[in-house]
Parts: sequence; structure tokens; C-alpha cells
Amino acid sequence: MLIRKLSKAASAALVLMLAGCDGGVLDPKGQIGIDEKHLIVVATLLMLIVVIPVIFMTLYFAWKYRDSRDQEIYAPKWAHSTAIETVVWIVPIVIVIILGVITWRSTHDLDPYKPLVHEAKPITVEVVSMDWKWLFIYPEQGVASVNELAFPANVPVNFKITSDTAMNSFFIPQLGSQIYSMAGMTTKLHLIANEPGTFDGISANYSGAGFAGMKFKAIATQTPADFDAWIAKLKQQKHRLDSVSYAALAKPSEYNPVEYFGSVSKGMFDQIVMQYMHMDSHQDMKGHEGMDMHAGMEHTGTEHDMAHMAGEHAMENTQNMADMDSSTHSAPSLTKDSSTEPLSLEHSSTQKVEAE
Amino acid sequence: MSFLGKLSLDAIPYHEPIIMVTLAVVAIAGLFIAALITKYKKWSVLWNDWLTSVDHKRLGIMYIILAMVMLIRGFSDAIMMRTQQALATNGAAGYLPPEHYDQIFTAHGVIMIIFMAMPFMIGLMNLVVPLQIGARDVAFPFLNNLSFWLTASGAVLINISLGLGEFAKTGWVAYPPLSELAYSPGVGVDYYIWALQISGIGTTLTGVNFIATVLKMRAPGMKLMQMPIFTWTCTWANILIVASFPILTAVLGLLTLDRYMDFHFFTNEGGGNAMMYINLFWAWGHPEVYILVLPAFGIFSEVISTFTSKRLFGYTSMVWASGVISVLGFIVWLHHFFTMGSSANVNAFFGVMTMVIAVPTGVKLFNWLFTIYRGRLRITVPVLWTLGFMVTFTIGGMTGVLLALPGADYVLHNSLFLIAHFHNTIIGGAVFGYLAGFAFWFPKATGFHLNERLGKASFWCWQIGFYVAFMPLYVLGFMGMTRRINHIDNPAWNIWIYLAAVGAAIILVGIILQFVQLYVSIRDRDQNRDTTGDPWNGHTLEWSTASPPQFYNFATLPQVADIDAFTDAKEKGTAYQRPKHYQAIHMPKNTPSGILMALGITAVGFAAIWHILWLAIVGLVGAFIVFLFRAYNNDVDYYVQPDEVARIEDAHLNHVVRG
Repeated sequence: MLIRKLSKAASAALVLMLAGCDGGVLDPKGQIGIDEKHLIVVATLLMLIVVIPVIFMTLYFAWKYRDSRDQEIYAPKWAHSTAIETVVWIVPIVIVIILGVITWRSTHDLDPYKPLVHEAKPITVEVVSMDWKWLFIYPEQGVASVNELAFPANVPVNFKITSDTAMNSFFIPQLGSQIYSMAGMTTKLHLIANEPGTFDGISANYSGAGFAGMKFKAIATQTPADFDAWIAKLKQQKHRLDSVSYAALAKPSEYNPVEYFGSVSKGMFDQIVMQYMHMDSHQDMKGHEGMDMHAGMEHTGTEHDMAHMAGEHAMENTQNMADMDSSTHSAPSLTKDSSTEPLSLEHSSTQKVEAE
Repeated sequence: MSFLGKLSLDAIPYHEPIIMVTLAVVAIAGLFIAALITKYKKWSVLWNDWLTSVDHKRLGIMYIILAMVMLIRGFSDAIMMRTQQALATNGAAGYLPPEHYDQIFTAHGVIMIIFMAMPFMIGLMNLVVPLQIGARDVAFPFLNNLSFWLTASGAVLINISLGLGEFAKTGWVAYPPLSELAYSPGVGVDYYIWALQISGIGTTLTGVNFIATVLKMRAPGMKLMQMPIFTWTCTWANILIVASFPILTAVLGLLTLDRYMDFHFFTNEGGGNAMMYINLFWAWGHPEVYILVLPAFGIFSEVISTFTSKRLFGYTSMVWASGVISVLGFIVWLHHFFTMGSSANVNAFFGVMTMVIAVPTGVKLFNWLFTIYRGRLRITVPVLWTLGFMVTFTIGGMTGVLLALPGADYVLHNSLFLIAHFHNTIIGGAVFGYLAGFAFWFPKATGFHLNERLGKASFWCWQIGFYVAFMPLYVLGFMGMTRRINHIDNPAWNIWIYLAAVGAAIILVGIILQFVQLYVSIRDRDQNRDTTGDPWNGHTLEWSTASPPQFYNFATLPQVADIDAFTDAKEKGTAYQRPKHYQAIHMPKNTPSGILMALGITAVGFAAIWHILWLAIVGLVGAFIVFLFRAYNNDVDYYVQPDEVARIEDAHLNHVVRG
């Protein structure tokens, strides 16, 4: 009975593997996903070396040494064998050592934070999980979209991810790894699509009532030109993503339709990250004297035009901190619905909280 | 703030027919039971012999009753989730709106872990451990009673949430910031906090109590490395309880401060950091799964060595393997969130550490196999559960190692593959173990056997139902389906969802058969008495007592010289010997202090949930006054006189001789 049950389950799984499990993690369309599928298969086969004998021995011993078969040897006091004990400790240890080496290597190879090595120049997408939708900001192109993500196939995509709300997990199963989105922090993910296609994207961490509808389409375009066309389509939209339209977008909504923003105020993503950062946490400020001044200034910053402010900082910052990435300069923060207090700016290095 | 705080008649969910019908059924069932107790005039028996009892055996039985009641509730939630997902396909909304569905999966997780598995495990431990070490009770019998009532208090609060207010809509882990006021302004998370907090304190006290018991109260001659294996695995579990539950207490305390006093430990605002909660939660949460499964491993060891009529193979290996699992269980918590963005070194370390746990676990499996080897295995219900476990758990262990690979976890995390994995280990490991233990020790606890045929039928339903319910979930995980979604819009998933629902229905039949088995066995108890106290030809000291054991367990404390102490005594011919004289036996008196203190604490929890200040004060002061009375009461013990002991023992020995 057990055997029959098991083989049924195994064959079901096998059929599924052969069918390619359309659209899932066993049907990867990107290099990361392909490597991860390979890892799953290798590790499973390795473990079956122990698992299959254990299952077989369980059923065989139970049958062979059942009470009604009294012709078998019966050794009621036999309870120790150094040889057997050595083997049963060593075999799992050896397999775990092999798996451990695989783990160590693959974890470094597949580190979501590691940029992909590829001849094409990567594009950057800033991802914000909101109640209950995904906002994608293209800082280099100056556009943004909701619940639709596009990038060219065969071009690495650098994702910078944060949350405007509860924790979510940014996940496109067919491309590979997921990573959490957390408010006040930036996490990173590097993916690539090896072939064009439209893939399902989800949140893989429950975040409240509208969670199930928190889906998006990830479009890997055939060519970079197709991607440019997509960007151009967005640019035609008059709708601009700034602090005002963002506040409207941030209101909880379920099954949010796809939205496009033809332009985005500069430093939008950093403002979203920084909105939760408090004035007090300025430990990294020493050595960047220029910053304190801005910090004080921001107290009066709520009524200012955000884009203007951001531009001002960009100019000032370049003098003091030429080494800094201009896209991560300090910026005034957004105001949450619930609060009308002016929020502060923060040094960029404190925003990249890399969970360790 | 009004007299009743946030509480008003609006808190009753009149508009939810499912809840209202459930409440009506519970009310009718409660009235029916109350009427039966009244009719048979059993109220004083219930109060004097059970609710106020400090006897570890009775507390054990009450824990198991609590676990079974909560199993019904937790499994109802499971059935609702499976049917909701099966109905909510192809654009249909199903019958549960998100605000209800989200409470159901949260309640399912909390109830099954904290109020089903834990009480079941602690119930078996209460029932068996003092008997196995030849003790007359636990080290602190009153504390044991209080622990039970604190656990029950948590269960009461979580059940009140059904009819008054709501339960958390956060998932059983209640991750902030979702569980913070900003995103969960209702009382649901507060029910979660106080139910876990109060029962968690009860569990911590249990851990302390049992560690003291095994260290100080073993029978004369019993060395630590001669303790029965179940006692050993429980001891490791208790060490884990004492080391990890305070972390839960602390993290819930921090969340309480956030929600009640505007602190910012885990909020988005004010410099809070939810990652801290997630780390602390799993620093408790991961040892917790070993707390659940180690005693089950002990049960399997007892069952296999008893029913093969053989010594356990590799006892020392087993003890140390459990110890290694316990220690490693504390340094793997991060594998619950590889996807949080830790560096590759950190993720790889925790991945490898997790895999290392597979080594001692594998050793245990081999040791059970070599216990069967050259034995004479009697295929009884406990053995069926054990064999089912060995096959099922091996698969669960394999998928667990797979999830411990960060590279694999990046695509399997939070998917239904994960759900399938932990049900594979918790049902196939812990629950199968408890059910094996239930069938194994039932005659010991009650004095009569369970119906064997119904037990086997129940096992097959569970076993087959498990595969039908959870193998599709592995598949769905590979297909990219994540957990906690209230509807499905991928037609390719439907067939697997339907299959899983069928599996859940088969398990339901298994559970119903279990209750039918209980009913039939109680009805036919006079034909199935265990008169000898040793129905399975057992190895350990619990089988040397009567069934059910005398309330003082042992008339004279046994002398122990072997791991299988009772087998040793039977072989040497020293079992069942009547001493010439009996000594008076010192016993603790029953006390209502535990239940009264827990009543006060329940009031505190309820008051905190609804912000009713006066009730919190009344509850706290009341509980403290009861505590003071108990502390200053010197009339807490008595002696059983030798002639009464002789009378009870002679009656039992007569039965044994006739048997």
C-alpha cells in the first residue's frame, strides 16, 4: 500500500518534470533560474542516495522481521555494533560534506546581490512594493510603471527594492531568485532573461488583505529596441510621478490596473526609502559636514517642490562628495498619509541596510 | 475609553454565518456536556479529581483532551482553506472574503503548533516521564497544574477571538510591520500576543519542572545514561523550551510595547526594524520545531524496541544524536529568511549548519532500522504509525535539506513547496509520533485498549490522505504558487488544488475514525481491560505499574540497573514482588490555586486585548492574592498510610496473577 502510494507520488512528480511544469521554477527562462533548477536536481539526486535505501530498508525490514515469520534470526539483546554505527554516522556525514561544498559554492554564485557578468550594460529598475501593487521606477529612463515591468532579454537587470508598507517579496518565478522588500531599506537583486517572453511576477510574502492580487507581468522584450519602444510609450504619458501623485498611488488599492508615468521626479526611490528614516540616526554623518546643513534645512522642506529640492542637492553634493552616485544623494522625504510632519533626509550610506 | 474599553456589541461577527453557526454548535455541545455532567452528578468529580488535580497523569490526560479539542478547530480551519482555494479558481471569489480567510490561516498555524502539537506532546510527557524514571510525580506538582491552566488560558483566549472581535490577519509568524498598529489596528494581533504569551509562560514553567524532575527524581540506581529514550528526548526538548521560550516571551513583549505604548522596536517609523523581530521570532521558532519532534523521535524508539521485543539499537548514539540536534537547532534560525538579503557567507553558513542536522537525524533512522533488524516486529497501530513516519519523514527530511540550500530556497521560499515540507515533517514526524504514543500508552493511562481495527483504518486514512493532500503542494510550489493566497487564477494549478482538497477530506475521515475509535473503545472498555499493567511486554518502568497506574505510581521506588529497567526486572524475576512492609507515601494535595490563578491571568489577557483597565487590575490582583494564599498555605501534602498502600497493591498483584 505504502509502496503503491509512493510510486504514485513519484510518477506524478516525474510526469510533471517531463511536462516542464509550465511557468514555474522548473521552467526557467533566465540564467539564475536555470542554475537554481540545476542545483535542485543535483541536490535531490544526491540525497536520494540515502533516502531510497532508507525507505526500502524500512519496508523490507518491517516485512522480513515481522512477528509471524519466526524462522528469521531473533537477537533480542543485540543493540550495538561499532561497524554499523560507524557506517551510519559516516555515510550521512560524507553526503552532507559534499552538499556543504555545493551549498557554499552555489550560495556565493547565486548571491542575489552579486551583479551578473555579461557583455551587455545592465539596466536598473527600482522596485517599490505598495499596498497592494508594485511600482517600478526606471531612474535612467525617467519613467515609472505600476504592475508592469519590462526589460530587454539577454540584458542583466539590477533591481533595487524597497517597500512602502509591510514586507513583501519580489519574485518572478521563471527568472529565479526572490528577495524581500522592506520599508526604509534597499535590497538588491540581479536577474536576466535568456529569452523574450512575458512572465508572471508576484509577491511571495503575505502583506495583508490585497496580497493575492499583488501581481505583475514581467516582459522580457525581444530586442533592446523593443524595450526602448516600451519606454517611449511610457514617456508619452502626461502622468508624472512626484510626491503628490505618489501619495495618491500609495493609498491601499487591490487589483490595481497597470499604470504608466511618463516622467518621474528625480530621486523618487530614495525619497520613498527615506520617508521612514528618522532625524536622529545620523551616525554616518561625520566627515560629510555638508550634510548637516541640509538636514537642518529639511525641517522646512515640506512645501517645497520636490524636484527642485532634489536638483539643488544634486548640485551641492557634487562639490563635497564627487565620489557619490548622484542618484543616491540626499533628498527630502515623502509624507505619509497618517502624518503631516516634515520628514528628514539621510545620508545615502545608511539607507542601504544589508541584512546581516 | 468606556467601561468596557474597545469592547462593544459590534465585536460579535453577526454578519459571518460560518462563525455564528460554529458558535451555535459549540454552545449546544457545551450545554449538552454540562447537562450530562449534571445528570450523572459529576461536577464535584470534575472539580475535585480533575480540574484541581496535581497528578501528572491526570494533567497529561487533560493536555491531550485540550490538544484534541484544538485539533478539531485547527483542522476545521485547514478544511476551510483547502475548500476556499478549490472554489476560488478561474476568477471565482470563493466563500471566504480576505479578512476572514487571512484570520483562518493565521489561526490554523497558531492553533496547530501552540495549542494542538504542544499540548499533545506535553500531555504525553506528563503522562509518561515520571513513570519512566520511577518517580511518584514531577518535581513541582502544583506548578505543573498551573502550567496546564496557563496553556488552557491561551487556548481560551484564542477561542474567544472567534466570537468576540477577530483574530490576527498576519500569518502565524505575525511579522511586523504588518502586525503593528499601523497595518493591524484591530484586536486580532492582540489576541495573538496574549494567547501566545500566556501559554508560552506555562510552557516555560513545564520545561523547568521536567528538567528538575529528571535531574532530581530518578529512581534509585538510574543513571542519566540509563534513562528511557523517550525521557531523554523529552529532556532535550525541555532544555530547548527553557532556552528558547524566553526569546518568544521577550519578542512578544517588544511587540506589545510597540502596539500598546507607542514604542518603535519593529515599526517602519521611528527607526524600528522588523528584521530584529524576524530573527528573534525564529530564534525561538526553529528550536520550537525540535521541541515538537524530539519527543516524537523518543516515542518511535520506544515503540520500535517494544514491538520488536528487542533492545533499542544504539541507545548512546540516539541520546547524543538528540543532543546534537538540540544544539544545532539553535544555530540554524536564519534559514527561515535566506531571502532577506544577508551576505552569501551568512546564508551559506546557516545552510550548511541546517544540513548538518540531517546527519544525527539520519543516524536515528538507521538506528530504528537496525532495531527492527533481527527483531520480531508485531504490526500494531503504534508500529504502523512508526513505519509510516519513517517513510514519510525521510521524504520531508530530503525536501528540508533542499530548502536549506540557499540557492534552492531563493525560488522555493514561501511557496507551497515549503508548506508541503513542514507539514511533511510536522505531521509525518511529530503528529504521527504523538498518535503512535497515544495508541501505545492509552491502555496505561486508562486501563483499557483502543479498538485495533479502527485504529488501523484511521492510520491508513491519515497516511494516504497525507500523500494526496501534500504531494500536490510540492508540485504547486514548483509551479510558482506562493502561500497565503485566497484565490487562484492559474488554471494549470486547479487540478492539484482539487487533489489537495481530496487529500484533506481523506485525513478528515482519519480524524473522524479516531474519534469513533475513542467512542467504541470507551463503550467496549469492559471487554478490553488491561489487567496486568503490561499489555505490550514493555521495557520500561511505566509498564510495571497498574493500568491506570496507582495515584502514587510506585508503592516502593524501583531499583534500576539497566536501560530497559522493567525487562531487566522481569528477567531477574524481581518484577511484581510484594515487599513485606509498605512505607507511608508522601503525596501532594490537589489545589484550586492553579485554575484560579489562570482565571485571573485570562482576565488580564482579555482586558489587555480590549483595553479594559479595571478588569486587568482585578485579574492581576486576584491572581496575586490566590498566589499568596497558596504560598502561605502549609496544608499542601498528606501521607498515604501503609495499610491502604498494601490494599491497593494486593488488589493489583491479584489481577496480575490472574492475568
